[in-house]
Amino acid sequence: MTRAVLFHTCLVNEIDPEVGLAVVRVLERIGCDVDVPAAQTCCGQPAFNAGFQHDARTVARHTIDLLDRTTGPIVIPSGSCGDMLVHQYPHLFADEPAMHEKAVRVASRCREFSQFLAEHAPQHAGGTLDAKIAYHPSCHLLRGLGVREAPLDAIASVDGATSMPVREQEECCGFGGLFSVKNAGISSAMLDRKLAAIESSGADRVVSCDLGCLLHIGGGLHRRGSAIRTQHLAQLLDEAQTR
Amino acid sequence: MTAPSADFAARAGAAIGDARLQDALGRVTAVFGSRRTSAFASLPNAEAVRDAARAARLTAVANLPDYLERFESRLLANGAHVHWADTAADANAIVAGIATRAGCTRAVKSKSMVSEETHLNEALEAAGVAPIETDLGEYIVQLAHDRPSHIIAPIIHLTRQDVGRVMQRELKVPYTDDTQALAATARTRLRSEFLRADMGISGANFGVADTGTIVLVTNEGNGRMVTTLPRVHVVLMGIEKLVANLEELDACLKVLARSGTGQQLTVYTTMVNGPRREGDADGPDELHVVLLDNGRSRIRAGDTAEILGCIRCGACLNVCPVYRNIGGHAYGDTYPGPVGAIVTPGLRGLEPWRELPHASTLCGACRDVCPVRLDIPRMLLALRRDVAAADLQPRSLAWAMKLFAWTASRPALYRAATRVARVWLRARARDGWVRALPGLAGGWTRARDLRAPAAKTFQERWQERRA
Repeated sequence: MTRAVLFHTCLVNEIDPEVGLAVVRVLERIGCDVDVPAAQTCCGQPAFNAGFQHDARTVARHTIDLLDRTTGPIVIPSGSCGDMLVHQYPHLFADEPAMHEKAVRVASRCREFSQFLAEHAPQHAGGTLDAKIAYHPSCHLLRGLGVREAPLDAIASVDGATSMPVREQEECCGFGGLFSVKNAGISSAMLDRKLAAIESSGADRVVSCDLGCLLHIGGGLHRRGSAIRTQHLAQLLDEAQTR
Repeated sequence: MTAPSADFAARAGAAIGDARLQDALGRVTAVFGSRRTSAFASLPNAEAVRDAARAARLTAVANLPDYLERFESRLLANGAHVHWADTAADANAIVAGIATRAGCTRAVKSKSMVSEETHLNEALEAAGVAPIETDLGEYIVQLAHDRPSHIIAPIIHLTRQDVGRVMQRELKVPYTDDTQALAATARTRLRSEFLRADMGISGANFGVADTGTIVLVTNEGNGRMVTTLPRVHVVLMGIEKLVANLEELDACLKVLARSGTGQQLTVYTTMVNGPRREGDADGPDELHVVLLDNGRSRIRAGDTAEILGCIRCGACLNVCPVYRNIGGHAYGDTYPGPVGAIVTPGLRGLEPWRELPHASTLCGACRDVCPVRLDIPRMLLALRRDVAAADLQPRSLAWAMKLFAWTASRPALYRAATRVARVWLRARARDGWVRALPGLAGGWTRARDLRAPAAKTFQERWQERRA
């Protein structure tokens, strides 16, 4: 059995635990023994992106120490938090050799959820579900971690699921963490374009690997009274696997 | 001319509300984007050429004093005059001084972002020299008393109807929105300006350190006229725009045109190697090269030195979702888009321009498209760090971050604090959605609802599941 450490992220823990439970179920179905360290909090990205690197280091130190005491791959259901752990943590501790070494060690074990699936069970995602899907590649997953195919392959492995073409699919949805409130006007203009593209794609659901983007897109769809729903990739697979 | 950073949100908001601008931005940036993609498809070993261009530019930036010394000595050997300008005002005074000494009163200019940066035209007018922009876009900007809004497409914000009205008003010609007719009008006017001018002013896309060559790329041929017809030619360039040799220039030119306009090569590549020599058919009697610092040395000494490797292709503007929504003028200064968000605070100071590094979702599209692979998000983060360190963010945000870091590194306290937040949010929700939030969080509910947090956290559900 593969042991997998779940870094569930703060948004999943606090806002949408169903995403985390779906991740656990999908991982268990491919034979993983999931470990959830109880002391995990947040990766610290809000402080980091806002420029408060000292504060981000405080949080990063806690997370690195915690994860470094675990073993096995660390699965993260977020491209954004994944990028923080993989790329930004080592950068944050560039001037602190002992922490840097630990950060690199932890980073080398981190896998975003779809990435982990592609590496460990490329054929076993599957299931059946009649769904027209607009896949939204989050920027940090796509351009940060460089994961383009894995989520699309996972969607393609579901019988009956169709990936709808979305105009300017790889353009940012405008979430950007604090950007969404600090530059609310620009963020909502970007969201409008994204929603228009999703709506004209003919999809009945939006699937992504980042809860941040999904809250932003889903909140916009709800405000518009749209019937299109949002789902994390893990929820889609979980639903398809239990049909 | 420059507007403080505090007005950024207002300028961005106005741009978002401008339907015609939105239409133009969406269309033009998409066309540039797809042209770029096909242009790169025609380049064998494109990634290796990008690597070579990056290495050429970053090596130049790293060894700038040596490169500049070599460049200056080659220029002098080629018969050019070399001038060093610390500030924009110094540069303008030098150019005006050259005009005065040589008795020049009419200057034709090819496109130069550096002259926009120094507001050279105003300075020349004050010194009794009439500057005439000869790049078609810049000519219209000048006629309209406007400012460029894109590095390589200065009037991306204007429609052909706008251009027709500007020409009708300023040149007293009949109104038309036929692009051929508009271009023909400009061509006729500019032809006589070229023949009358006694000074030519250009920028430089590159300077070649080993040969003292000034390189200009244009599509209209105006660069060639500006550098050969008038009796005095002044080059105004930033000190950072150097490459070592012609081989490095080759790599840079290959990626510049492809990234900028989606061409394999621009229509004209002009290489100036000095003033007219004995027996030359044309060329200026005097060649002056003005090398401008204006904050570049300061940038070079800091964490955003890499931005000096920029070759001003404008590709990052075309793919930037923020630029595509707000256009160039919202950035408030000469250089718009992701590159401007780094260059402007660097050249003009962080305090008044502190909003620019935050005008990004850090989506990374700019980093991916940049022909010389500049890590723009990394530099934006460095500037955000400087903004926070200089206490230029609201105090409340700084305290909130401190509190966040303190609790997020103490799990039990963090659970308690987030529980309070969840209960508070759930109390504001109806049917599972929060529709209005106070304070900064109100930015969220302006355009979208917030899904209410679940009653139990994932950790709580996980513990139940295990029990």
